[in-house]
Amino acid sequence: MGIRGKAAIVGLYEIPTKKEYPDRTTYGLMAEVARGAIIDAGLRKEDIDGLIGPESLNSIQLAEALGMQPRFTASMTVHGASGAASIARAAEAISAGIVDYVMCIFGESRPRSSSRLTAQAQAGTQLPPASRTTEWEVPYGPVIAMNGWYGLMKQRHMFEYGTTQEQFAKVVVDQRFNAAKNVNSVWYDQPVTVDDVLNSRYTNEPLHLLESVMPCSGAHAVIVTSAERARALPNPPVYILGVGGPATHHDIIYTDDDITTTPVVDSAPTALQMAQVNARDIQMAQFYDCYTILAMACLEDAGIVQKGEIGPFYESTDTTYKGAFPVNTDGGQIGAGQTGGTGGGFRHVVEAARQIMGRAGERQVKEADLCLVNG
Amino acid sequence: MANSEYTKPLPRQLEPELTDPFWEGTKRGELLIPHCSFCAEFFWYPREACPHCLQPGWEWVPVSGRARLHTYTVVHQPAHPAFADDVPYAFAVIQLDEGIRMMSNVVECDIPNGLEINMPLEVVFDTVTDDWTLVKFKPLVS
Repeated sequence: MGIRGKAAIVGLYEIPTKKEYPDRTTYGLMAEVARGAIIDAGLRKEDIDGLIGPESLNSIQLAEALGMQPRFTASMTVHGASGAASIARAAEAISAGIVDYVMCIFGESRPRSSSRLTAQAQAGTQLPPASRTTEWEVPYGPVIAMNGWYGLMKQRHMFEYGTTQEQFAKVVVDQRFNAAKNVNSVWYDQPVTVDDVLNSRYTNEPLHLLESVMPCSGAHAVIVTSAERARALPNPPVYILGVGGPATHHDIIYTDDDITTTPVVDSAPTALQMAQVNARDIQMAQFYDCYTILAMACLEDAGIVQKGEIGPFYESTDTTYKGAFPVNTDGGQIGAGQTGGTGGGFRHVVEAARQIMGRAGERQVKEADLCLVNG
Repeated sequence: MANSEYTKPLPRQLEPELTDPFWEGTKRGELLIPHCSFCAEFFWYPREACPHCLQPGWEWVPVSGRARLHTYTVVHQPAHPAFADDVPYAFAVIQLDEGIRMMSNVVECDIPNGLEINMPLEVVFDTVTDDWTLVKFKPLVS
């Protein structure tokens, strides 16, 4: 059952992730990567009959802006997981014979420093949009972005498993090492040390600033098609072997489990079973890393290590592209930047495809056939 | 003590008819939690139907106010200027003895040194304006 091997990524394109693209609009960035991905796949725009984009853009308006008339469109609304989930939806639509070539595209040109958003930030008022849960949270001290929530998760992980600040810092050091070799990274050529991380200020103790992503501008796109069509195209096909992605809760405090347990306890076994591979066969991981703790907890829940063992694992393992178990080989979001429009989570897909195609240049992982991606 | 100078964000109700009873309760010094009349489960946050059995019939039930500190973060950079004088303060996940988890602050406690995961807590009602009484928690003195 499932979609094992029925669809493949056949083209990809991204532009450098930067703090801002001052004179470029979101649609302008999207058009550039759309064109790049189509050319990379050896296709024409008219071939693309499916389009999946971010929740920040209406998918029909996006199609219109790109001059496309796809028979299948979707805007992904699963936040950071949108990029990875778009690949699952694309593979499903292709496997069902509904479409032939799906473009998945995510990105944003974030507002400039003169914008209302940033003025608001400078004034110190970054209240989240009112939702059904903010009534019960904001009066107790709103927190910037997701810093607070992942500070809560990290604190509990340190308590339960004795994970140390130095072990968390090693995640940043390894990823910034990778990012330093990635010309598309916002932190290109700027590696850091464990001390740099530990000396960066707390945003939400025990979470340091350097353990957190920086919101950035940029865009990324890939093309997905059927396995059969993929074999006729120029790039080595990157087959989608398995997918999974449960909805368990929206905000981490409303989980029924311990707060350090992520939905990956369900998604990874589902994907691995569909793929007919074991967690121990995985050669590298591209894992969502808005904060160190999330990537670490998810690697545990995927079965790469036992629950609670991720700290010692990082301490003893080189996870750079040169290492025994490479993680986030483009720098991940912590190293390469969190592209807006949920492009941050999509970079993990793009880098996985690039590695498997053997096009990662200096960062190329030697044994890069089987990669687990988490959005 | 009511304070007319209170400048921090107050609870913003999207469905006042749904959540008014909670805030009326805090003004009386009662912590009320939704309790399903059909499946007898507590749940949090209040919503139209019980998330366990999807029955609409549930009641606000007073609870003990006893709790444990599930986890916390010490905020050094608040997202609202009115909290600037409070840093560092504890933004915490509180697990009530009745099982549900809610966000709050730990007060009347040395921050951060007095905080310890799983420490027993009890509710305190903080009347911040004439109209609003917030629910906070302090270390339980046995």
